[in-house]
Amino acid sequence: MKAICILAVNEFLDGLRNRWVAAAIILLGAMALTLLLVGSAPSGVTRAGALAISVVSLASLSVYLLPLIALMLSFDALVGEFERGTMLLLLTYPVSRWHVVMGKFFGHIMILAAAIVIGYGGAALVTIFSTEDGIAGWQAYLAMMGSSLLLGAIFVALGYMVSVLVRERTTAAGAAVGLWLILVVLYDLGLLGMLLADNEQRISQSVFSFLMLANPTDTYRILNMTAFDTVGQAAGVAGVAARLEFSVHLLLSLLIGWVTVPLLATIAIFHRREL
Amino acid sequence: MDKDLPVVNAIELAGVTKCYGDKTVVRNVNLTVHAGERLVMIGHNGAGKTTLMKLMLGLSRASSGRVRVLGGDPVSATAAQRSATGYVPENVAFHSAMKGGEVLAFYARLKGVSIAGYTDILARVGLEDAAERRVSTYSKGMRQRLGLAQAMLGKPRLLFLDEPTSGLDPSLRRQFYELIDTLSRSGTTSLISSHSLNEVEARADRIAILKKGVLVACGTVAGLLQQTGLPISVRLHTKPGIASELAGRLSFAGEVHKVNDHSVDLFCFESSKMEIIHRVSALGDMVEDMDITPPRLDEIYNHYMENVQ
Repeated sequence: MKAICILAVNEFLDGLRNRWVAAAIILLGAMALTLLLVGSAPSGVTRAGALAISVVSLASLSVYLLPLIALMLSFDALVGEFERGTMLLLLTYPVSRWHVVMGKFFGHIMILAAAIVIGYGGAALVTIFSTEDGIAGWQAYLAMMGSSLLLGAIFVALGYMVSVLVRERTTAAGAAVGLWLILVVLYDLGLLGMLLADNEQRISQSVFSFLMLANPTDTYRILNMTAFDTVGQAAGVAGVAARLEFSVHLLLSLLIGWVTVPLLATIAIFHRREL
Repeated sequence: MDKDLPVVNAIELAGVTKCYGDKTVVRNVNLTVHAGERLVMIGHNGAGKTTLMKLMLGLSRASSGRVRVLGGDPVSATAAQRSATGYVPENVAFHSAMKGGEVLAFYARLKGVSIAGYTDILARVGLEDAAERRVSTYSKGMRQRLGLAQAMLGKPRLLFLDEPTSGLDPSLRRQFYELIDTLSRSGTTSLISSHSLNEVEARADRIAILKKGVLVACGTVAGLLQQTGLPISVRLHTKPGIASELAGRLSFAGEVHKVNDHSVDLFCFESSKMEIIHRVSALGDMVEDMDITPPRLDEIYNHYMENVQ
């Protein structure tokens, strides 16, 4: 346990040293602030407050940005240490392989958490104090922050899997970008294209639901647009998802599964790997 | 030394074989290293030196045979056993954004060693002034020394050094071996792999020669010399003009070469060396000086590489 803590803290300090934490906070903070302040203008007077409205737009942007940040943090985590020769050294210390994976994981989660809490949280505070809406919709906003961290954790874990499977850093970087492109961009385009081409409506509701739930980024989107009524009103587009009627428990368990399965797989592959 | 881990032999390898797929990289190696000994492994690239170290460090498992390090199986080593070993990997590159002192503090925490003592270790490897500098500004030699510093954390009883002097200049190399000598006197066992044969010759208690994964020889330099049967060259100096006369009186020494009018060369073996010396000294004033040059380690090494299968 002590080894995991030392490794996690070291990973977080690394993030501070190479300005990753600062960059992520500024990026997320600026994005949230823009959406919160600009986003409230067109909505005019609705029953939903600025915070609730921004959950939709922020979640839509987070879906692109957070996986990218998470993958950039994680793709190098294992393969980079193999290449530098520090993994060999690290494992001669009183540290086992799963300690290494979990230590790095918690360290990277701390980086993402700092960025989300300070970036999104800070922007929300500014909004609360500068608009009349006040704190209305804070629950949905808080839930969005939590699920965003979960989304980040998913892509950190997926990044480790890439990192433990390949032999070179450059391959890992390429694979990480590919993974992001497929899960975040191409999957939804494919789904959309399929629906458009499906003139005879042969794709049943259940097949579509399954396809939506098969991708963690869509699960994240559905969770944020359906979990709270106030958000649902502002979302509009979430009508599709709302009709699918997924329980929050199911969505959350799916997201947590997307974290644990790749993490466990990474540890298993790492244990079998010859150094 | 810890009293709770009594060990006679630091390392015991018995019939150790390691295969990667269908490729055998280490074949039936038997080797015992005593506590406090300095053993140097030499061998061509790919001879299995690093693989043997990984096996002894518990980083990989032997395909067959038995590996015992500090009295236990290194693969399932306890935290105490791991903390009692230090390792300097070949070409280690630390995180370049970290400062030298931060790197060492990180490893000290992992080993559970007091952070207070690490400045002393930095001073011992000559990095005390560079502790506050980022590793990215370090030269190759400084990185190598930082690698050595982390291996020395917690006063290890066993040190594994994979080509530790590559990238060090001659005076740093000397300092490095002096450090190893000091550690050895306090009971630290060190296992060093090296390509700088003449450098380790005087520093090693024993030399292990590896060839294609086989331990072809292991012993002191003198012992190896005797095993190889390589001739020792002896040059005798005399007054100008009487070299031929001297050569004539050296029939007991076998083949004699006249070099010039005042010196002759002859060869002897480790076993016949003293007899030749006695006979030469019996020649009295005729011999003014005598140079005895035993084969150097690189010649012994070449002999094993070329002649022993």
